[in-house]
Amino acid sequence: MLALTDVCAGYGSFQALFGVSLEVKAGESVAVIGPNGAGKTTLLRAISKLIALTAGEVTMQGRSLKHVPAHEVIACGISQVPENRRLFARLTVEENLKMGAFLPAARKKFAERREFVYSLFPRMQERRAQLAGTLSGGEQQMCAIGRALMSGPKLLLLDEPSAGLAPVIVQSIMQMVKRICAEGYTVLIVEQNIRQVLKVVDRAYLLETGRIKSSGASAELLASDEIRKAYLGM
Amino acid sequence: MEIFDIFLLEAVLNGILLGGLLALLSLGLNLIFGVIDVVWICYAEMIMIGMYAVYTLHVQYHWPLLAAMAAGIASVALLGALMHQFVIRPVLSAEPINQLLVTGGVLFFLQAAATLAFGIEFKNLGVKLPPVAIGEMSFSFPRIIAFAVAVAGVAATYLFLTRSYLGTAIRAISQDREIMPLMGVSPGRIFVATSALGGALAGLSGCLLVLQYDIHPAIGLSFGPITFLICVLGGLGNMLGGLIAAFIFAQFISVGGFVFAIEWGYVIAFVFFIAVMFWRPQGILGGK
Repeated sequence: MLALTDVCAGYGSFQALFGVSLEVKAGESVAVIGPNGAGKTTLLRAISKLIALTAGEVTMQGRSLKHVPAHEVIACGISQVPENRRLFARLTVEENLKMGAFLPAARKKFAERREFVYSLFPRMQERRAQLAGTLSGGEQQMCAIGRALMSGPKLLLLDEPSAGLAPVIVQSIMQMVKRICAEGYTVLIVEQNIRQVLKVVDRAYLLETGRIKSSGASAELLASDEIRKAYLGM
Repeated sequence: MEIFDIFLLEAVLNGILLGGLLALLSLGLNLIFGVIDVVWICYAEMIMIGMYAVYTLHVQYHWPLLAAMAAGIASVALLGALMHQFVIRPVLSAEPINQLLVTGGVLFFLQAAATLAFGIEFKNLGVKLPPVAIGEMSFSFPRIIAFAVAVAGVAATYLFLTRSYLGTAIRAISQDREIMPLMGVSPGRIFVATSALGGALAGLSGCLLVLQYDIHPAIGLSFGPITFLICVLGGLGNMLGGLIAAFIFAQFISVGGFVFAIEWGYVIAFVFFIAVMFWRPQGILGGK
């Protein structure tokens, strides 16, 4: 579904990604794991065209995103939950969902998808009229994921959904991710919380200093010496 | 008490009528600042263009008044969109002082253009509406119309901003500009739409002012500063604050003018403004 070939990107003269190639097949859940500053967020920003590629190519269902402007990426079926959630704090939960359904095609299905989001996260229905900025961290993450689902994406990009949340909440967030995968969404998730995320995804890539170091099925990576020593402290 | 008479009540009611109009005047300027973060110093001059548009179409081309007003609103909306596209967009990431100077330049440009096109003599629509008498009190009919239309304009803008997708996006973009593309929203287009809406509100204000006042190229200076002060008093960019400030200001002008003299009304209003700026530099409802 999504394929990256030798992607290079960065900010000004600072290069963050050095020839990253990866692939996400339809129905899969894939993680990109790695330490702080590895370029994980940059990778998702490059896919969503929030930053320009300096080399390489991103294709979605065989279509190159090279000449697609940032605000049209979502129309290709790619929806992103950005780092730190980035909800519109002074809009209500429901208004945030409305923004996720801004595309004309999504507006027609607003009521139907909103009900789906509420069935996924009943807490959001309770809080529908509340300002997003007043939600707890975990609720904000639900709202951000809900907002991203409102466009009816084929591929969901999740940027550090567990960042800044208490360990108990992290577990429930990971359960949410698992449910979304089970709903048939294709998911690409970027995470520092390696142990937790490997329990819910099918495959993962290890990104270090802007390069893919290794990849494989989750169970394989969890068992590999490289990951265990460097990231799991075993 | 001698002073508590029917004419004081008249002054208060006149103040409310004026407040509605001032609220509409400040709404467009506030909206644009709140969303795009640029102050259009030339906002009152865009209202002036709206007044001339209505005058030209109605008096010179004999359009029916309502058609002339609709066209006036549409042309100032277009002017607002052009203003953003050709004047603001190139300086969006520039220093605030440069943005201010650019819009100040547009102020003089519009004044000079109006002088060239229409001359400096005062023009008026020649529409005479009789005053409305309620008991001993008398109210100007154009003011009542202006108040009713202004309130309807403010309410329509509120509904647009809270109910429609585009309106919600306009509010959202002022909170987080960077992630708007992730929602499928092109920030540039929202800015143009906001500028056109701000222009339309200026055009509507022009329609209401042209019923009450003579038009001349410098008329913007007679209500531009007060519009700007109302926005600052309410908290620049805060639309609710602007509404509250408009009614407070109008009461000072109207009641102050009644108790002392018309000119004193403005003096008291500005003294009040300065006092509030010492107490709350960010304005009544301003955030930071």
